Amino acid sequence: MGLEIYNSTVQAAVNWARKFSLFQYPFVTACCGMEFMSTAAPKYDLARFGAEFPRFSPRQADLLIIVGTITERQAPALRRVYDQMCEPKWVVAFGVCASTGGFYQNYSTVPGADQIIPVDVYIPGCPPRPEQVLDGLILLQERIQRGEGHSQIVLKAEAGHDVPVAAIRPRNRALPASANFPSTGGPDRTEK
Amino acid sequence: MAQIILDRLVAEFTNGELEQIGSQHGNEWARVRRDSWVRVCQFLRDDSVTQLNMPIDLTAVDRVERDPRFDVVLHAYSVAKKHRVRLYAGVPEDDCMLDSVVGVWPGFDWFEREAYDMYGVRFRGHPDLRRILMYPEFVGHPLRKDYPKEKRQPLVRRSGIPGSPE
Repeated sequence: MGLEIYNSTVQAAVNWARKFSLFQYPFVTACCGMEFMSTAAPKYDLARFGAEFPRFSPRQADLLIIVGTITERQAPALRRVYDQMCEPKWVVAFGVCASTGGFYQNYSTVPGADQIIPVDVYIPGCPPRPEQVLDGLILLQERIQRGEGHSQIVLKAEAGHDVPVAAIRPRNRALPASANFPSTGGPDRTEK
Repeated sequence: MAQIILDRLVAEFTNGELEQIGSQHGNEWARVRRDSWVRVCQFLRDDSVTQLNMPIDLTAVDRVERDPRFDVVLHAYSVAKKHRVRLYAGVPEDDCMLDSVVGVWPGFDWFEREAYDMYGVRFRGHPDLRRILMYPEFVGHPLRKDYPKEKRQPLVRRSGIPGSPE
């Protein structure tokens, strides 16, 4: 009993620290990159939220921001970048192309980066406004604080803890008892 | 705008090398017999009147139900004379092959690779005819009209998601 309280308190403190020291790796492939730069630049100032500077090596980063369209040809590179990142790690899909493939429904485009790697937060928009991005970042911070990021859940499960399947829930709302979402999120999309 | 180019072609090629010529919205075009493709291009580049020294664009068009099925379309421009022309060559599906004009305009190297990648038109004599946009594992030619619109050929997919093969 005492150990559990100790563990959960330490975890909360660690997660609190983590959510304010995100080291981002921007995987910028398309026009959303301009909006990302705007968000990171002084006017909107992503640094206010502790996501200070972009690291240009995935090995130094724990937040992967997928900014732009992912093509089938790029997919192995994205997977490799994700695999190289330190755990626990988080992924944000920036814009509709990274979230669902957007208006590209064709032979070359991956229908959402979550087909390749698990995604924690989806930011829609073509491109999303900086306010949306900041909102998405805050959403991610809340999820980190709750220990509900995908890789946090996986780490917890690997350590032998009992992990609830329903790890995703709307912000500021209690989880309904009947909820049983898949833990990695993303809308159900079947390929035709 | 550049009727002079068509006049030169008509005067030079009299043995049926030109299947059709025309002019639309001030743009002159000529449909060239497949076996004269390189000769016509070479002439247009070297002739002192036409001097079409700049390659602009080369691509293909899939007309599915027509025979020959494909058109290869070439645009060339003359920096000195400031005029341009558009050339067509019909390529049938069962012998999907056309002579390469890389020897005439080296700038068409990647254009021909793209036309090969997207439409499957092979260019005889091209120095390095590989896919340029799609990955080597890709099967088929995606811009052909009979390529299924939503067919995907993924290199990697996560396991355990809806629609994944695993």
